[in-house]
Amino acid sequence: MNWLDICDLEEINVLGSRIVSGPKGDIALFRTSADEVFALDDRCPHKGGPLSQGIIYGKRVACPLHNWQIELESGEAVAPDQGCAHRHQAKVENGRVLLALNSATECA
Amino acid sequence: MKKLKLVMIGNGMAGVRTLEELIKLAPDLYDITVFGAEPHPNYNRILLSPVLAGEQTFEEIVLNDLNWYADNGIKLLLGRKVVKIDRKARLVVADDGSEAEYDRLLIATGSNPFILPIPGKDLNGVIGYRDIADTQMMMETAKTHKHAVVIGGGLLGLEAANGLKLRGMDVTVVHLGDWLLERQLDSTAGRLLQQSLEDRGLKFLLPKLTAELLDNGEGRVCAVKFKDGDVIPADLVVMAAGIRPNSDLAEQSGIACNRGILVNDTMQTFDPRVYAIGECASHRGIAYGLVAPLFEQAKVCANHLAQLGFARYQGSVTSTKLKVTGIDLFSAGEFMGAEGTETITLSDPIGGVYKKLVIKDDVLVGACLYGDTADGGWYFRQIRENHNVSEIRDHLMFGENAIGDAGHQGQSSTANMPDDMEVCGCNGICKGTIVKAIQENGLFSVDEVKKHTKAASSCGSCAGLVEQILINTVGGAADVKPKSEKAICGCSDLNHGQIRKAIRDEHLTSIPAAMAFLNWSTPNGCATCRPALNYYLISTWPGEAKDDPQSRFINERAHANIQKDGTYSVIPRMWGGVTNASELRRIADVADKYNVPMVKVTGGQRIDLLGIKKDDLPGVWKDLDMPSGHAYGKSIRTVKTCVGSEFCRFGTQNSTQMGIDLEHALFNMWSPHKVKLAVSGCPRNCAESGIKDVGIIGVDSGWELYIGGNGGIKTEAGEFFVKLKTAEEVMEYSLAFLQLYREEAFYLERTVHYMQRVGMEHIKQGVLEDAERRKALHERLLFSLSFEQDPWKEQLAKPQLKKEFDRIALQQLEAHA
Repeated sequence: MNWLDICDLEEINVLGSRIVSGPKGDIALFRTSADEVFALDDRCPHKGGPLSQGIIYGKRVACPLHNWQIELESGEAVAPDQGCAHRHQAKVENGRVLLALNSATECA
Repeated sequence: MKKLKLVMIGNGMAGVRTLEELIKLAPDLYDITVFGAEPHPNYNRILLSPVLAGEQTFEEIVLNDLNWYADNGIKLLLGRKVVKIDRKARLVVADDGSEAEYDRLLIATGSNPFILPIPGKDLNGVIGYRDIADTQMMMETAKTHKHAVVIGGGLLGLEAANGLKLRGMDVTVVHLGDWLLERQLDSTAGRLLQQSLEDRGLKFLLPKLTAELLDNGEGRVCAVKFKDGDVIPADLVVMAAGIRPNSDLAEQSGIACNRGILVNDTMQTFDPRVYAIGECASHRGIAYGLVAPLFEQAKVCANHLAQLGFARYQGSVTSTKLKVTGIDLFSAGEFMGAEGTETITLSDPIGGVYKKLVIKDDVLVGACLYGDTADGGWYFRQIRENHNVSEIRDHLMFGENAIGDAGHQGQSSTANMPDDMEVCGCNGICKGTIVKAIQENGLFSVDEVKKHTKAASSCGSCAGLVEQILINTVGGAADVKPKSEKAICGCSDLNHGQIRKAIRDEHLTSIPAAMAFLNWSTPNGCATCRPALNYYLISTWPGEAKDDPQSRFINERAHANIQKDGTYSVIPRMWGGVTNASELRRIADVADKYNVPMVKVTGGQRIDLLGIKKDDLPGVWKDLDMPSGHAYGKSIRTVKTCVGSEFCRFGTQNSTQMGIDLEHALFNMWSPHKVKLAVSGCPRNCAESGIKDVGIIGVDSGWELYIGGNGGIKTEAGEFFVKLKTAEEVMEYSLAFLQLYREEAFYLERTVHYMQRVGMEHIKQGVLEDAERRKALHERLLFSLSFEQDPWKEQLAKPQLKKEFDRIALQQLEAHA
């Protein structure tokens, strides 16, 4: 896997996010209260809202446009909504946030 | 860890709801076994009548299909009636000999129909009306027999009678009381109901006492004989004379019962390992039969089974919202009227509308509505919250008129709406879609409907209509509660008022501290509760509680308004709507420099720059060099003004300066919801002061203050508050009222809704009647505002805040990699 070194973990607020300009559009990088990081395409499966701008809680983010709840781990919308945001790999190593782009076309 | 064993006796709505709540809280705590006497999974008992009437099939009313039990690892034993509880061995035994051991036992055996102890009660063709088997039996009988007699003119009896009539039988309802539904309706409404049911072909005998059921010689009922000697033919007799809690099994095993299984506020019986819930349980002397209280019990019981141990059931105040064969009925409280009460009545027998309101000591204590029940929920709220209604007495009868008037063609009643009519104008949801979702998913609250259909989930103006549809679809089972009684969200059982109080009383100053003290069930809340908590903390403890940007909606984090394409709109502040050439020049330069796609004049007398990229926001603010307009926040928005006495030939007061001064005073004020003001210089009211949170109108002799106006979803005219002489007084009174609102309103409650909840009298007491208190409120607002600064300037001044707006470019990163 091709891990890209992105930034210090501290560059992302706790329960906050950053936008990474990816080759195929923006990627949202999230940090949970347990200092886990997750990466999703910055587009809500509903109407394309920027998920990076949502409120993060637990391992979910609420889209700022119409409040869809998206699971950070899988990109799946929480029922009864249906849809999926494209997911990338992200991890923290030695205080640095690493990202591996998932170029697969399928959602998960 | 080895799982605990939970056994549930009974497979009905209350019990299964408890399991659903339990699985949400503690999915892995128990191995669950369920004994159901019926051969079916959990179905919606309230919808038996539509099945009988042929409007729905049994499959459509199943709430939890067999897959649900399997998916949740629940062992389901159907068609098995538990005959013994061995509390020593902690074992239950069913009629087929099957056994299950338990660590916790949940008894949810429901109720049985009351069968009159009269000769002939055991004949064929004599049944209660309780489950799907009874319903199917009635449907079969209707195919081959003619005469049906329903004993009992209560809700269940009337539904059975209506269904059997629709199935082609000749139906007579026999009732002991003087009028139908005598526990839910007064005599006038009861007679109106009888009249309209007779018009549909039902027959009634009342008051009439049944003496005996006669045998046709082959063990089947053939007639009903009354105490007075009359006899009528009957091939089918349905006993609908009430229900009795089914507590026999518990009683036999030595658990204390008294008209139901006795439970405490945690739904625990006298045996601490055994819980009871639903119609079989007696809580503080009441065995509830409506779904809404049973679901409340389920939540509490699940909380304790999940070993969280903090929820309490303290009983429910219930109202009756019935739908008998398409006729709308509502009653609540002491609707009969008694000594010391006064009654207001509206009666329109031709139009089929009858309303009675019962008032005692200036408080509404009861309501009985027939034909038009749109305001039932509002009356119920008045009754429960003990509002003084003396000020609204003259128009109390005409209701809240609370149904929104934008986005659904002005419709305020859903009963006669066609299925394809749009109810939610924001999301394009029609009535039929909502009804279908309610039935198929077994929904009981407006929140659930919102989740499943999106109706009423955007602007909310149709929430009243959705509530009506819900009530018309599931009847008395609808869970309709005012916000003051609802839990804040799924993360806590506490309501907004309880949370505000705890934050104040316990001196809680951070979200983690509040969540820990209040036993939040989630590690960091959700997108609903965190913004509310953040507001409650900073408004209660200014200077102490630290604002948490991550708990604010993006608009209040980016200090701009997010648009559908992810760009933002920027509105700089123009004090009182007054600007000058230099500001306009800078706005024009910004529009050019950042290629702003649209520049628009707003309704709040300022200028909106739309389509700005987030990265550009700090640059735009810097170049504008104007204060934040807070057009994005639950905060002070604008003070709209007219030109007033300075230029206008009609002006009586300098409204422009008044507005500018107010806007400066309120700059940076966070509030439960957005706050808008207006100042007009004469009663022509060009600044539209009548529809603002605080509207001020200059008159020759001073200023008039109006509060609680709203020009949005539902146009609300502000109420006259006070007449003042000087500009200084206007300032003090306006700020004092807004501080009271900031301290007492629930998050996302506009001034109009806050006023409706607490009453104008309360606000007058707080602001007008006590000068000391008014000055203290005014001081507290000024103190609170002393900690705030222009967010745009703050963002520019603190480089550590800049990362909110900077993106990370991947091109550079790939060079590193």
